[in-house]
Amino acid sequence: MALRTFETWRGQSLEGILYECRELLEDTSYPTVQRWREAGGRVVGHFQVYFPEEIAHAAGLLPFKVCGAQIETVQADSRFGSYLCSILKTSLELALSKRVEFDMFVTHPICDAARNLGAVWGRNFAYPCQILYLPQNANSSAAAIYLRDEYARLQRSVEAIAGRKVAGDDLRRSLSVYNRNRALLRELYRIKRETPWLVSADEAYVLVAIGGLMPREEHNEVLEAALPLLGARPGRKQDKIRVVFEGGFCEQPPLDLIRAISRSCYVVDDDLLIGLRWILEDVALEGDPLLNLATAYLEHSSYSPVQHDLRKPKEKMLLERIRKSGAEAAILTAAKMCEPGLEEQVAYAHALESAGIPYFVSEFEEKMTTFEHIEIQLETFVENILFS
Amino acid sequence: MSDPNPEQGIVGRGNRDGAALFRQWFSQLSQTAESGGRAAYVFVMGSMSELLRTFDLPVVFPEINSLQMAVRHVAHEYLNQAEDFGYSPDICGYVKADVAVQLRGGEHPMGRIPKPSLAVLTNACNTYIKWAEIWERMYGMPIFTLDIPGTRAAGTQTWPGHPDFENDRRYVQAQIVELIALCEKVTGQKFDIDRLRECMGYANEMSRGWKLVLEHNKARPSLFNALTDGTIYLGVSNGFRGSREGGRFFTELVEEMAYKASQGIGTLTEEKYRLTFIGVPCYPIFRRFNELFTEWGGTFVHSTYLWFASGGTNLGFEYDLARPIESLSEGVLISVRDAMDSMFYQDRAILEMVDSYDLDGVVYHPIKSCRTTSAGMADNRRALMAARDVPSLFIESDMMDRRVVSEAQMKNRIDAFFEGLASRRRQELAAG
Repeated sequence: MALRTFETWRGQSLEGILYECRELLEDTSYPTVQRWREAGGRVVGHFQVYFPEEIAHAAGLLPFKVCGAQIETVQADSRFGSYLCSILKTSLELALSKRVEFDMFVTHPICDAARNLGAVWGRNFAYPCQILYLPQNANSSAAAIYLRDEYARLQRSVEAIAGRKVAGDDLRRSLSVYNRNRALLRELYRIKRETPWLVSADEAYVLVAIGGLMPREEHNEVLEAALPLLGARPGRKQDKIRVVFEGGFCEQPPLDLIRAISRSCYVVDDDLLIGLRWILEDVALEGDPLLNLATAYLEHSSYSPVQHDLRKPKEKMLLERIRKSGAEAAILTAAKMCEPGLEEQVAYAHALESAGIPYFVSEFEEKMTTFEHIEIQLETFVENILFS
Repeated sequence: MSDPNPEQGIVGRGNRDGAALFRQWFSQLSQTAESGGRAAYVFVMGSMSELLRTFDLPVVFPEINSLQMAVRHVAHEYLNQAEDFGYSPDICGYVKADVAVQLRGGEHPMGRIPKPSLAVLTNACNTYIKWAEIWERMYGMPIFTLDIPGTRAAGTQTWPGHPDFENDRRYVQAQIVELIALCEKVTGQKFDIDRLRECMGYANEMSRGWKLVLEHNKARPSLFNALTDGTIYLGVSNGFRGSREGGRFFTELVEEMAYKASQGIGTLTEEKYRLTFIGVPCYPIFRRFNELFTEWGGTFVHSTYLWFASGGTNLGFEYDLARPIESLSEGVLISVRDAMDSMFYQDRAILEMVDSYDLDGVVYHPIKSCRTTSAGMADNRRALMAARDVPSLFIESDMMDRRVVSEAQMKNRIDAFFEGLASRRRQELAAG
């Protein structure tokens, strides 16, 4: 990887690195993508939740995670009806307003709104827009082979954009880069889980989220620099409760909301940007790389309200996440108008009730700007736990 | 002896027989519930009724149960109960009404709904999956997701023989084989491929008929109202798919339409404006909603609802009974994919419909409850208007929740739409 799209963090202290990462994440002109394009690079935008970025990476394209933004929807509003989540509108707005430009767009059948997005996008842009049909029957014996062939279909589309063929070794190299990335993210979450006073939820979030904006090799470099500094950070455990944050699998809560939660809680695990952390282990490099990637998606993966797998009932997975992270409580959120998230909240709440685990229920929207109300409610919730 | 007045027997037969079949179906479901018998919960897009009937599993369509509650003006009672249970006002009203039915032990305005022994769902609507997960939690029964890969991008559908289609078909076929094994386990009955052939034959008769019925409505005046009569036909097409009665109903419906066409017998509306309806009807004020159009001489000659809510039966796909499993996989893939296309990529089909059905206007009805049908509708309309000078109306409400149905506001919009149509017609006449 010769091109560097993000350089300002180099030579900085930990605070400096975190500052630069935050600035980058909140910059809706997407300078990393601009630099990539200025150097002649091509970009594949992919909507939440999971996308096999390795395939685009192997073709020399920049995979860009499309996950909305805190922007006004000037043009996108006329493309949608009233009763929709914000992320759909702001994601399209990013492209319509040319804040970020793509050569290809891919969405997934994660929800009914997102599937419509492929057709809407396709009617508004001349470049290829498609749905990647990730399997919704993860329990079928044919799912892995189907997905392998679906990835091969995607690979052909990607090759057409890149103007070059992708060889097996290209894919293996990309798998290797992403395996490194997965390992680093696991390490970040270990720090968060075991010593949450060393990294706040918003800091961890920023470090994860920038991965969707830049070549993964660069993200690895940032993490390789930041994680040892986090581990060595002077910090003392405070009197905060340990919580799991659930509900950030698609639309993202504002960074300020995550920061507000951090003020009263240690967020020891979460599903924020779970797509970037979907595969839980290294993907095997030997053999058929696409089949390995497909198998990892199905067999060695996390959970979310938008993937159906009989082996992973969501409420049991949440209880497991709480147990493994040693959390005392859960924050159950859902983006406004997010049907899968809102539906899952009910099951989560009932399961936590049965297990006697305190939980806090709320909704958010990516464009929220005031958090006082939710912060007061959360503080009350925390006090109830601390003093009960 | 020939019938001296065939009109009395044929005209309106579809509606009469459809209503009777519907009552019979719900009566059987009530009996099943009372006796504690087995039942399969399924959905309108990819019900797999052809297969489930071979295992003697009565089919329950929770979507149809829910819309019946809205039509009978009791949906709000059920919605409130589900919201009290924890469900958000912002999720699908069908789901919530059904949750309340389950919480009430199957109590429904048309009878009693049996508990599920099995649920079979496709991914044609993602809410199907979340919905079935609710039953799984409530009853611990098996749920089976039949995953049907849809069209990847507008105009890129592949067909038998194409490697991408064959990958999808193999996946669907493998799942159908797994579903058969599950049905055997749930019912204790051995799979009978000859019975499957028989049920698929009835489904073929239905598909042939449904396609022809839709074609017949190109007649002027139109022969049936796609919104009101069409909903009755849809009920039969779903509840009786794969049955002898279902096949016969559609054969006779084609006869009725042919007769009406030959005699120039249209709907009750004096047809001034031919419209198409895009989306799901406004069931909380179903009759009145239609009247808001018919009072102006507007009649719905077609609707995308008749496509997607029939699970793509409109294509008229006929199974090859010599190779039932392969053909079932192929047919389900092609038909359910088409149902999805009718929602996501409908703009091209509507353009074609404007000409073939000689339409005066297009009515879009996005609803709060359903992102599947509604999320892309505004953009679809934008694309249609860019491609063609055809008047359109965009009215938002709901198919279940009367709290978001404002009849007065709707009437204002609809009246203005017709005034526009009338003015346009005057101008066209003046221009010769």
